[in-house]
Amino acid sequence: MADQEERIPVMQQVLDNPFLLLFLGITIPTVIYLMWGVMEIANIPVAH
Amino acid sequence: MATTYRICPRSGLQFNSDAEKLMRWHAVAGVLSLLVGGIMALGVILTRWPAVKLLEADTFYMVLTAHGLNMLIFWIIFFEMAVLLFASSTLLRCRLAMPRLAWFSFWLMAIGAVMTNIAVFQGESSVMFTSYVPMMAKPHFYLGIILFAVGALLTCFIFLGTLVVAKSEKTYEGSVPLVTFGALTACIIAIFTIASGAIILIPTLLWSLGYIREIDSLMYRTVWWALGHSSQQVNVSAHVAIWYAIAAIVFGAKPMSEKVSRTAYFLYILFLQLASAHHILSDPGLGSEWKVVNTSYFMYFAVFASMIHGMTVPGAIEQAQRLKGYNKGLFEWLRKAPWGNPAFSSMFLSLVGFGFLGGISGVMMGAEQLNMLIHNTIYVPGHFHATVVIGTTLAFMGLTYFLVPVLFKRELLFPGYAKIFPYLFGLSMYMVALVMMGAGTLGVARRHWDMSFAGAPMAYEWPGAAYLMMGLTGIFGTIACVSGGLWILQIVFSLLFGKKLEEGEKLSMPIPLTLPAPTPGGAAHPPATPGTMVLALIFLTAFILYYFVNWKYLSSLWGMA
Ligand code: HEM
Ligand SMILES: [Cu+2]
Repeated sequence: MADQEERIPVMQQVLDNPFLLLFLGITIPTVIYLMWGVMEIANIPVAH
Repeated sequence: MATTYRICPRSGLQFNSDAEKLMRWHAVAGVLSLLVGGIMALGVILTRWPAVKLLEADTFYMVLTAHGLNMLIFWIIFFEMAVLLFASSTLLRCRLAMPRLAWFSFWLMAIGAVMTNIAVFQGESSVMFTSYVPMMAKPHFYLGIILFAVGALLTCFIFLGTLVVAKSEKTYEGSVPLVTFGALTACIIAIFTIASGAIILIPTLLWSLGYIREIDSLMYRTVWWALGHSSQQVNVSAHVAIWYAIAAIVFGAKPMSEKVSRTAYFLYILFLQLASAHHILSDPGLGSEWKVVNTSYFMYFAVFASMIHGMTVPGAIEQAQRLKGYNKGLFEWLRKAPWGNPAFSSMFLSLVGFGFLGGISGVMMGAEQLNMLIHNTIYVPGHFHATVVIGTTLAFMGLTYFLVPVLFKRELLFPGYAKIFPYLFGLSMYMVALVMMGAGTLGVARRHWDMSFAGAPMAYEWPGAAYLMMGLTGIFGTIACVSGGLWILQIVFSLLFGKKLEEGEKLSMPIPLTLPAPTPGGAAHPPATPGTMVLALIFLTAFILYYFVNWKYLSSLWGMA
């Protein structure tokens, strides 16, 4: 049955998967904004 | 508990009884927050109007804190939760996942909002809605926000749960509708937003209770803005979904391309939240790489996505109108649009104002160098009143006109006011945003009680134009507050005293909210949309001009000689 129907394009499968989108939408900003940013701040030397 | 449904005869929508009640309560709680925030707006505006200067300094900062919180957090998020419930259970025609938990989260949010308001009005928590450390508010200020956020987070999970219910009970086929997809985008960004808020506000609560000695102020700002900025992107996703919804409701318009619109939302999910870094552009301590990657490279994908939405929504309307025969010239479709229908006119003013005033100014100030021109000036509130008031609030208000008959089953009172309200409120807010941006370009500070710095050892002479523009902020701001207040009265009166609409009754209000859907007829291809193309070109021209004018301005700030 399944292969008789039209194949669903990969991109559509991604967009139809809310939990994959949730994963991407949390991970990307957490890594690029939060973790990178916090690491830079943590690396600022403390004044004596 | 048996789940029961009702089909609204006026819209054909199917409401699950639990979800419906929850939507009503969230919408009402939102409007009450808007009322408090609106009264505060009057206090803010009448103080910043140099000729009036209504409030004392202490009161002003308290009132400004209350304004920011009730508007930006409580009004908008309560309403957004109603949108999530609507976009899941109503549009997917299914039951709500975990209705008891949904009530629990509603009450958490309500208790949290009341608690924070109490803290603010007790007067020792005038820390603005950003609550930057080392300013310290009372513990129940933070606790209230945390409770509110936890409630909203639970509702986000209920939204996701409802998607799962709909899928397993097969209440829809294929992909979810575009509006639901937009709400999903909002929900995902909201989860990141709230998690970041928890990461920073829980330690801040402990600090205010005395358990933690110190919180680093740069660390606070960086993590806080993952909440503060991302929550604005929740708003964008939600109000764009409402634009699509109103285009569908009013015109029967179909999205021009599901693929393109969904891809644009996907870009939001991936990149929009990174733009949080534009709030820290003027902070030393974070490197240029971090700033540039977060605000420029990636953020422009998200800007691009907004431009796509800004084109496909009017494009879809143009197609629907042309199918109905409004084919003369470039703009007959627009001229013949139902300008007296408040759902449409609010939506259109929201779209244009969001793009031209909010979008262009946002991209300008999001560039690291140009940011210096306007950092911490009243330009910033000028910009975000274009996004969050004209963009989000006006779209929500327009949708509410549709909700009165459909969700609350009441006939709208004072329909004459509904016809003019979007123009009165929307256009006065256009002016408020413009003159605030004008004053900010001249350097007038935001969050400042007295722009003249009376009594300061070093005086500063403002150009007369700065005073003029702050005066105009006062005048147009007052019009906005009064017309917004009348809107609240209109809605509350309609809910309380409007004629109850019986189940079979079709007529919703004297102004028809929906037009008959276009019949695709024999048209093999959807019609082309040259009018929208022209609008987009005008937008791009304005964008480029404004951007370069500001570079020119920056280059002339300091003499090189
Ligand atoms: C009803 C008309 C409104 C008027 C006349 C108004 C006016 C103002 C003005 C003049 C300021 C800047 C004060 C300053 O920095 O010194 C301000 C701040 C602000 N407004 Fe509004 N506003 C209105 C509605 C709204 C709405 C609907 C929202 C959100 C949905 C909103 C959100 C905010 C926020 C978040 C701030 C920043 C507060 C801060 O700096 O801590 N306003 N408003
Ligand atoms: Cu931002």
